[in-house]
Amino acid sequence: MPMPLFHPADDPGPSFAALARRQGLDPFPPLAAGTGQLPITHGTTCVAVRYAHGVVMAGDRRATSGNLISHRTMEKVFPADRHSGVAIAGAAGPALEMVKLFQLQLEHYEKVEGQLLSLEGKANQLAQMVRSNLPAALQGLVVIPIFGGWDQRRQTGRIFQYDVTGGRYEDRDFTATGSGSLHAGTVLKLQYREDLSREEAIDACVRALFEAADEDSATGGPDPVRGIYPILATITDTGFERVDDDETAERFRALVERLRGTEPTGGIEP
Amino acid sequence: MTMPFYVAPEQVMKDRADFARKGIARGRALAAASYDEGIVIVAENTSSTLRKVSEIYDRIAFAGVGRYNEFDQLRVAGVRAADLKGYAYSRDDVDARTLANQYAQILGQIFTHEMKPLEVEILVVEVGGEPADDQLFHILYDGTVGDEDGFAALGGEAEIIGQRLADGWHPGLTLAQALRAAAAALAGSDRTLGPGELEVAILARHDGRRAFRRIEGAELVELLGGGSEQGDEAGEAAGQGGDEGDGGNRD
Repeated sequence: MPMPLFHPADDPGPSFAALARRQGLDPFPPLAAGTGQLPITHGTTCVAVRYAHGVVMAGDRRATSGNLISHRTMEKVFPADRHSGVAIAGAAGPALEMVKLFQLQLEHYEKVEGQLLSLEGKANQLAQMVRSNLPAALQGLVVIPIFGGWDQRRQTGRIFQYDVTGGRYEDRDFTATGSGSLHAGTVLKLQYREDLSREEAIDACVRALFEAADEDSATGGPDPVRGIYPILATITDTGFERVDDDETAERFRALVERLRGTEPTGGIEP
Repeated sequence: MTMPFYVAPEQVMKDRADFARKGIARGRALAAASYDEGIVIVAENTSSTLRKVSEIYDRIAFAGVGRYNEFDQLRVAGVRAADLKGYAYSRDDVDARTLANQYAQILGQIFTHEMKPLEVEILVVEVGGEPADDQLFHILYDGTVGDEDGFAALGGEAEIIGQRLADGWHPGLTLAQALRAAAAALAGSDRTLGPGELEVAILARHDGRRAFRRIEGAELVELLGGGSEQGDEAGEAAGQGGDEGDGGNRD
């Protein structure tokens, strides 16, 4: 692979995707013709909540292939860079590829330009990637991310949701994506208030994922037998930080404790 | 019809080399040194925006002296080559040696085929798990590559600076010691370089995936100060050397 040197008028700038395309490594290649449906592994419910000092992002761990569970330990919440994170729902293959490309793009920009992209700029970059994935989405390989981060210019946490055409919408308070998002979103809506603390925001996400898993077969709940818990992360002034698995396990245990005996049984004897 | 003059190849190469060396010598120099927990790169540079030292990849840094626009173009090409290779293969497959060879190819090609050689000298460094695994590749304007051991000096007075650094450097230094040795080597005996005239960055041996970090502000003052006699004057060292460049800034 030769070192890429370009004439100044012909320079791809800080865009890694443009550079990769020029070098014959198109990150979003055109799909083969045909309408045959492939068995696709899907990733599922993710939520994000803004709180007083930042953003909490969370995602369950289940990936499904039709009615089968194909993975129990999928990761759906990733650091995008030091001060932002991305959570994904949709076809696992393209989703993971998009995350990898997004992380690479932010780092590439930072290195080439010698400074960080603004949070708004990062959100727009991700919108372009979702849009580039539209042909694949039309064939069933949909990827819908959530983007959250700490805006260092405005000194606040911000969250963005996307649609399949690359539409980018900023959410003031909370958002959810994936097959369980209807339930998770409602739970967040009922629990949300201004100035949540970190612990309260984490608890809100834990409850939202728990209820989504309860209603949606494609969303995985906490798995104390195997010790698999949803991934939670906070993004604050000091950066992206994974919530410790022990803390997550404790939050779920406390939730189950609270719900025991108070949960409506739907007419079934407990 | 004009007859082309015959010029001996030896003469052409010598003229180009003289031209490049003169261009490089007009700028300020740079030094790098291994220390116990990484590699420190110290450049004499009063600008805090036009950088001479930059990140290329996880454990690889780039430094250049000479004509700014020329080495900056090489820096960007290095970032692109590294990111593409990491994307196409794996992050583990990106290494300083390959980059250094690619740089040498480009510089050699331009030196022999273009009218004007690049007036740059560059350094590609990779930090290893142990000090013995650190790699410092010094590449000259004509594509000559050198594999340096422990420390390196670049610029017009590279030989003298390298000599001074050889006296002040030994394996196992701490960051502060290595930094002060490099700054003293750059300054020479008749002046001192303060934090305002130095651009400093490190590749930290055990500091997560991205090892590159700039050392600036209070941290730099403290590391330079740290109780040694040469550091005590560091704050008010005289700013030296007006730019006498002929168009194009050299840093």
